[in-house]
Amino acid sequence: MSEPHNHGGAAEHGHAQTVFQEDERPSFEAELLDLAVRELLIEKGIVSADEIRQAIEAMDTRGEALGAKIIARAWVDPAFKAKLLESGDEAVRAFGVDMRPTELCVVEDTDEVHNMVVCTLCSCYPRPILGIPPAWYKRKDYRSRSVREPRSVLAEFGTYPAEHKDVRVHDSNADLRYLVLPQRPAGTDGWNEEQLARLVTRDSMIGVAPVRDPRALTDAAE
Amino acid sequence: MTPRFQPGDRVRVDDREQPGHVRTPHYVRGKTGVVERVVGSFPNPEQLAYGLPGLPYKVLYRVHFRQTDLWDDYRGGDDSLEIEIYEHWLDAAS
Repeated sequence: MSEPHNHGGAAEHGHAQTVFQEDERPSFEAELLDLAVRELLIEKGIVSADEIRQAIEAMDTRGEALGAKIIARAWVDPAFKAKLLESGDEAVRAFGVDMRPTELCVVEDTDEVHNMVVCTLCSCYPRPILGIPPAWYKRKDYRSRSVREPRSVLAEFGTYPAEHKDVRVHDSNADLRYLVLPQRPAGTDGWNEEQLARLVTRDSMIGVAPVRDPRALTDAAE
Repeated sequence: MTPRFQPGDRVRVDDREQPGHVRTPHYVRGKTGVVERVVGSFPNPEQLAYGLPGLPYKVLYRVHFRQTDLWDDYRGGDDSLEIEIYEHWLDAAS
């Protein structure tokens, strides 16, 4: 993968074999447009600077905890799970989540299928549930390689789905947002929702890693 | 809006070049897959991106592809990929 020339970045520091491509910064015009529209909206009294700040703060503080609660509920409540898979939007409304204008699509891991999510076109992500996507999710190498060589990408995350499994990549390229419903691990019989939620990580809901090992939590409690 | 395709139908993604904001990635263009579900009708993003209302709405599908149909040298027999494609990018396939 040698380039006849480069445009700066890692290659200039002697790493010509780098496998990733740095994302470009937004154009100067785009930044100016953002600033101009924001100032106009404030000036016309449509939104206040504090409302914008609050919206950013709310987005930043959302994280895996909400998603983990939803997954734990699905593990203990078959009716909720059925609804979550059938009509994700409606199901998560019980958790105060409003997915509009997008729709939620929950995909279930089974003994035969390992799901993973990517947005090749940009960085679409179930933000109302998981908040801001991790930096790697937005990077061009994750976005391009996940659809082309998903098992290699998973291996870099330390995840090795069995050969016989269908590694199913979901390209979140349009109006749906995806959440992976991982399999409930063995050794959790009798656990309540709160205990189960502690097993569910952000990466397990994107599909790049398994949930936490229940033994790790049991050991920690002892 | 009546969907032209139903789950299980074989469809081919149109292999056309179209300038502007398009949400059909190149890697699925010209490829054949199977409709996984009819998602519903949505404003056309190719219009929406330019401040237009996105009319007429387009039916959106989730289409299932075998990875070996997307990439000639793919290894991992049963692996698959699912992606959202609007109806005006799909043709019936045999």
